[in-house]
Amino acid sequence: MAKEQRATGLSIRRAPKVRGLLKASGQLAKSNPTMASGLVIVLLMVLIAISAPVLFTEDPNAVEPRNRFVGPSTDNWFGTDVVGRDVYSRTIYGSRVSLIVAAAVASVTTLSAVVVGLLVGYYRWVDMAVMRIMDGLMSIPAILLAIALMAVFGGSVQNVIIALCVVETPRAVRVMRAAVLGLKEEMFIDAARAVGAPTYRILARHILPNTVAPLIVLATFIAASAILLEAYVSFLGAGVSQETPTWGSIMAQGRQYLSRAVWIIFFPGVFLTLTVLGINIAGDGLRDMLDPKLRRRM
Amino acid sequence: MLLTVVVFVFFVVRLTPGDPAAILAGPDARPWEVEALRESLGLNRPLIVQLGIWFRDIAQGDLGTSTFGKHKVLDLIQQRMVPTISLAIMAEVLAVGMAIPLGVIAGWKAGTLTDRSIMISAVLGYSIPVFWLGLMLIYLFAVNLNWVPAAGYTPPSEGFGDYLMHLLLPAITTAVVAMALITRMTRATMIETLNEDYVRTARAKGLPEKVVLVRHALRNAALPIVTVIGLGVAALLSGLVVTEAVFAIPGLGRLLVDSITSRNYPVIQGTTLVISVVYVFVNLLVDLSYAALDPRIRY
Repeated sequence: MAKEQRATGLSIRRAPKVRGLLKASGQLAKSNPTMASGLVIVLLMVLIAISAPVLFTEDPNAVEPRNRFVGPSTDNWFGTDVVGRDVYSRTIYGSRVSLIVAAAVASVTTLSAVVVGLLVGYYRWVDMAVMRIMDGLMSIPAILLAIALMAVFGGSVQNVIIALCVVETPRAVRVMRAAVLGLKEEMFIDAARAVGAPTYRILARHILPNTVAPLIVLATFIAASAILLEAYVSFLGAGVSQETPTWGSIMAQGRQYLSRAVWIIFFPGVFLTLTVLGINIAGDGLRDMLDPKLRRRM
Repeated sequence: MLLTVVVFVFFVVRLTPGDPAAILAGPDARPWEVEALRESLGLNRPLIVQLGIWFRDIAQGDLGTSTFGKHKVLDLIQQRMVPTISLAIMAEVLAVGMAIPLGVIAGWKAGTLTDRSIMISAVLGYSIPVFWLGLMLIYLFAVNLNWVPAAGYTPPSEGFGDYLMHLLLPAITTAVVAMALITRMTRATMIETLNEDYVRTARAKGLPEKVVLVRHALRNAALPIVTVIGLGVAALLSGLVVTEAVFAIPGLGRLLVDSITSRNYPVIQGTTLVISVVYVFVNLLVDLSYAALDPRIRY
């Protein structure tokens, strides 16, 4: 099931973006160059992740002890690590896991935020119970919660996704709840109720469509935060197993050799920072575009 | 809310696979030895009873004893508190001290190149992984330039200069995220208040621009900024866990990560409790400061 979710999560998040970009890319580049550059970075990273095998990479786990700690050269663009693995190949392949984690966490969290947020925002009694739990979860620092959950679940990509979803959901629910609470007081909801629309219809047809804008923005910020959190958790030794290259795990392994082989940490970090930066810039732009009222708040 | 945290942490900790009695007894221990240890640690009782004992102890101000070594949890926390608090204060001072001027300038010059570059750096600030920034700073300033020590911690009693030098890089590293958030908020609220009528009046009176910006605009923009600073403390606590690991600082974050990996239940519970209390306390401070900043708000 998790695999299926991951796959659909990817297509839901990326497809409209790609199509929209093709259609309006020229326009966007002119009207909002910052956001366009953010989107370009994200798309580039997705392309790199998809086409990893043809980007002059070798097996990311191929060990070559004789070539350990070789600096960046024409053979090993980003140098090699402690057992002679090619850092360039590992970074490129690492983008796959990092991006899948980001996309999966963003889509699962957003979906659960929609369901919980609608209920919590609409029904007072659910609100009291659920929001206390959410507040409690939120007062534990995100990284610690993620580490604790990873200790419970054990280190695999799937478990990282589940743990990060638990960490991110409370914040997402809060955003959704605020949106629903605001909409509930609007005149058109009263009107819908007056003509006899049942509650589920009010929720699905009148409230939900009006929350799409904040939800899309929310999803981008969750994606950015998920990439960072995955790296932190891996770095602190609680992430995916060392065999799977992710940006976080590559850097975690290179940490001891900082003074000897800074390239092991430098390059994955640059990729990670660029990706998160791209997503954040794109998210900022989307927010300004979709909801001019929100612009003033951040 | 504190109650939720305590109960939640209690159960997560105990549902985690891994048996502290088995770890403590060592790999060669006989089963009955492990069993005896488990009994002496009180881990063989039903969960509800364990939870009850934990509550009784908290109420008496006793956070229990570490599973490994016979240290009182409260003593452990007190020991680790000093580095963490020094780091947090230094980081927060750095963040606020840099962010508010930057945000005011960006808001004042909104739309210009200065504004743009400040805002891009702010986004970059919360996009950079904290540990990567820390490692790069170590590489540049400690390994290559040798200006500051690479890692570790010296208590202030053993030389104040040394103490500051050890905390400089970690504080910068931790401050960056909070700085970015505060800068953005300051800019946004400044833009809003600068459009108000009283700012125009102040300018019309011929007040110098500095006075207009600080006394008239910034003062009225203070509420949301203080809120973000409060939120930033929570982010800071998260950041500290990572920074302490990178710079090998014996603080609360390290204690917590270590105790999670070694399944040291009492220490995990005690430390999370302390962190949650700090978090709640900071939120209270933020709420109270509203009244000080805005005379219309009374409690």
